[in-house]
Amino acid sequence: MAREFHNLQELRHNASLVTKVFVQRDYTEGTVCRFQAKFPSELDHRIERTLLEETVKTLNSYYVEAEKIGGQSYLEGCLACATAYIVFLCMETRYEKVLKKISGYIHEQNEKIYAPRGLLLTDPVERGMRVLEISVFEDRGSSSSSPSSSMSSAGSSAR
Amino acid sequence: METPYKKRTPKRRKWESFPGRNKFYCNGRLMMAKQTGVFYLTLVLILVTCGLFFTFDCPFLALELTPVIPVIGGVLFMFVLGTLLRTSFSDPGVLPRATSDEAADLERQIDVANGSTGYRPPPRTKEVVINGQTVKLKYCFTCKIFRPPRASHCSLCDNCVERFDHHCPWVGNCVGRRNYRFFYMFILSLSFLTIFIFSFVITHIILRSHRSGFLKALKDSPASVLEVVVCFFSVWSIVGLSGFHTYLISSNQTTNEDIKGSWSSKRGKDNYNPYSHGNIFTNCCAALCGPLPPSLIDRRGFIQSGTPQLAPPTNGISMYGATQSQQSHMCDQDQCIQSTKFVLQAAATPLLQQQSSDPVILTASTENGGPLPGRTSLNLGGPCTSLPLGQPTPPTSTPSLSCHEASDMLPIHGHSHVHNHGHTLQEPMAHHHFLTPEEVPSPPGMLPCGSPMGHSHTMQAGFYNPASQDSLHEDSVRGLVKLSSV
Repeated sequence: MAREFHNLQELRHNASLVTKVFVQRDYTEGTVCRFQAKFPSELDHRIERTLLEETVKTLNSYYVEAEKIGGQSYLEGCLACATAYIVFLCMETRYEKVLKKISGYIHEQNEKIYAPRGLLLTDPVERGMRVLEISVFEDRGSSSSSPSSSMSSAGSSAR
Repeated sequence: METPYKKRTPKRRKWESFPGRNKFYCNGRLMMAKQTGVFYLTLVLILVTCGLFFTFDCPFLALELTPVIPVIGGVLFMFVLGTLLRTSFSDPGVLPRATSDEAADLERQIDVANGSTGYRPPPRTKEVVINGQTVKLKYCFTCKIFRPPRASHCSLCDNCVERFDHHCPWVGNCVGRRNYRFFYMFILSLSFLTIFIFSFVITHIILRSHRSGFLKALKDSPASVLEVVVCFFSVWSIVGLSGFHTYLISSNQTTNEDIKGSWSSKRGKDNYNPYSHGNIFTNCCAALCGPLPPSLIDRRGFIQSGTPQLAPPTNGISMYGATQSQQSHMCDQDQCIQSTKFVLQAAATPLLQQQSSDPVILTASTENGGPLPGRTSLNLGGPCTSLPLGQPTPPTSTPSLSCHEASDMLPIHGHSHVHNHGHTLQEPMAHHHFLTPEEVPSPPGMLPCGSPMGHSHTMQAGFYNPASQDSLHEDSVRGLVKLSSV
């Protein structure tokens, strides 16, 4: 029977990292921040496809909102220019506000969906918006977590 | 994680171990390129000219004409200074390097895709279709990432920068996604300021000449002569540059793309800019008033013990003198031989036997780590000039006023667009632009970044010929033996 991780703390302290799966950026829409909806095969037996796709889709929509060029961003830009950009010292940009929202969302997703399955999402902002990193922790109950995969990740970090 | 006692060693901030070649000030709040001499020159020129204007010309003009003149001048001056400092001190949009886990994952994917474990893998590129145009994403060997579209690796700062425009020695920083609008505002306001000062100094001289004659007017106000000279030369270059960047903004292109002609219709009738929003107004608004993304590099954050290690960069085989960790990789006999082979082959064996203690290779073996590309490329000056590369003569290693070559596609532009106020406006786009090679050399066997040799993609084909391997192997071993005896 698979051991259930009930919260993130337990996951971080007790479980051992097996491997990391990376969801890469999707550049088909240009330079806008967007992650690929392709489901990584390594997670086939760990999480339902729809859950991860839903998470990625929500994240993508948040990024679209952050980078949207519209009335509010123009206002912010013009105000900033008029005040010689000093206003940024006291005000948070819209982008930063959305990033905070994203961080909260990822934390919530981790608590509710990913930690119970032995997975952990890392906020892309901590990886320079290059990838969505999913840490896969050892599933004590299942026999599929092989020592070779943990050795490969250890070996690669030693390189 | 929580210790009852405070740690003896103070926690270091991330900027202190930043892998790029940047300088940080005010405990990580400000960041600039390594070479800042020209920036101080810019600052001095602006401060001195404006100082002279306010001291010698403004009192006269305020009395004779209107006191609004110094006020407008003052506002312009503050704006110019503000935007200059903002451009120079902010993060241009540096992409942080990949962690070792990410790099390993990418390497695995690339190996799977290539399917071959041949002697040297082919250059790493990924193609993606953006808005109907096929764009090639190149793999950066230093940062170990596939560069996003429009990103480029600045060899001077040794960073990949998003929406890389150019490296500007005059502001002492790269111009990229996060500071392009400040840069544009700077050159625009500087144009206005220069024209303003120029016209009012001329007015001042003329008014004085009406009273007391031209020569006496010049004697009474000698500073005005200096101001006129500075402004006259500045006007041509700065106004031209502003015009050029206005064109770039309205067509949503970067300097890099324009110079390479990436979206030029000359390349093919189906070639168009996939990033353009369609009309000039939207393009301008997007560039100047669009959302400003925050810095991705978290300069002032503290280094946690659990943070993932950065992947050490590899340039195919040759990262001589790049980082400390390189030594462990570069001492690999296989790679040493391969790189020696390349140098020998490129130079033609007899030639190289005369200069067997190639500074290039010497630097590599004696280097104790720490990036010293300046030194490396200096040493290249010797063997490079004798190598029949068919490339334009490599520039000197001092980056400030010379240009690194752009990619081999447009060799014309690779030459010394030395920034010079006296330079007349024949090619406005050539001004002020520090052309950096787009990438740290991706084809293996190429010498480190900053080296012009790194651009010869065309040369790559000739080197992986297994038939000539054995004869070259002997030569390279001979070279290595000579090396070890030094």
